[in-house]
Amino acid sequence: MDAIELTQISIDYGARSVMANLTVRLNRGNVMVVTGQNGSGKSSLLRVVCGLQRPSAGQVRFIAGDQAVAPAEARQQIGWMAPDLMLYRELTGLENLRFFADVRGLGIPDAELNALLERVGLYGRGADVVATYSSGMTHRLRYAYALLHRPTVLLLDEPSVMLDQRGHELLEAVVAQQRMIGLTIIATNDPREQRFADVLIRLEGSA
Amino acid sequence: MSKSLLWRATKAVFVRELRSEFRSRQALNAVALFAVCSIVAVSLGLGPLNRSAELPLVHAALLWIVLLFAAFTALARVFVVEEEQRTAAALRLAAPPHAVYLGKLLFNLLLLCALTVLVAVLAIVLLRMQVRSPGPFVVLLVTGALGLVAGTTLIAAMIARAASRGALFAVLSFPILIPMLVTAVRGTALALSGTGWDRCMAPIQTLIAYAVAMFVTSLFLFAYVWED
Repeated sequence: MDAIELTQISIDYGARSVMANLTVRLNRGNVMVVTGQNGSGKSSLLRVVCGLQRPSAGQVRFIAGDQAVAPAEARQQIGWMAPDLMLYRELTGLENLRFFADVRGLGIPDAELNALLERVGLYGRGADVVATYSSGMTHRLRYAYALLHRPTVLLLDEPSVMLDQRGHELLEAVVAQQRMIGLTIIATNDPREQRFADVLIRLEGSA
Repeated sequence: MSKSLLWRATKAVFVRELRSEFRSRQALNAVALFAVCSIVAVSLGLGPLNRSAELPLVHAALLWIVLLFAAFTALARVFVVEEEQRTAAALRLAAPPHAVYLGKLLFNLLLLCALTVLVAVLAIVLLRMQVRSPGPFVVLLVTGALGLVAGTTLIAAMIARAASRGALFAVLSFPILIPMLVTAVRGTALALSGTGWDRCMAPIQTLIAYAVAMFVTSLFLFAYVWED
């Protein structure tokens, strides 16, 4: 994916408008950071970009070369993680990754899946069921879910919430690598994460 | 998406459902308990029934009523659990809609077949239900189960995000299932009374046609229901 164009995006919940006419373009290699108060629409914007939510108005366009990419095809190149993203608690970490690799049609060997678990800091815990994970470990598994298919569009919602210092290092490494293969959108109010921004958007809506 | 990728994804969804069910046993326990309680309650309440021309029809109706309500208990779970445990978003992003539908349909079919065997055995033992034409009886149960699953799986996906799911599932499913249920009850009664294949073929064909129509319709509609 070479670029994303958001055109006149508006998000309403009933009579309440949380975002109106947001227009922005993000190019490959760039990081966009979205900040704003609770309820300002940061998470909703990310859900709109990945297709989990329809905007009330406006359009999201994915561009490869100079061609628009169909939403269904673009979705295959999106990695999304958020605190409200839940994986299967009764399965192990490795089983979760193997399942999501299989439904994406990726024949990823277990060695690679274990390497991914190691990368996100879950080395040696792949055989444990997710229900036994701490909140920080669950969040690390969300990283593995988002990175599993090497997405060219990475959407990170509150990426360091629940993470320790080594988790911040993981985030820095992920963002640095993503700059080489695609683009990143981060929804956060953490000043450390705002430093990643090539494009910074402050949403004015309020709780 | 190629057929092999769709099949691989479908198999992954089916195996995941099976694995989760074996570990939690939520659906299996719920339906097994419901089926046992219903049949026992009916057998105790009715006592031994006198032999009469209507007895096969009574047995067939009881059998399908228990199956219908057990299906209401269990079949919606495949989608409701995804919403309750908030795993639906991860699945929506990663899996092709058709694979989700087919994988969950296959799991529901397996669950209902297991339930049908249990209910039929209990009915034979506790209600002293006599099966005079076993071949048509088995085929009618299988085709009826196919129709029941095909008719309810799409509705399960529709109601999963609603607040009062249980009531909505029954209200929406009931009118869709009525034609199938009437056919299944009458066909099963024929098989119980010893009618041969020749007269049982009409309800069997009707049930197959119903299942195919519901399956094809659901396959077309599922992506809209799942993603909107």
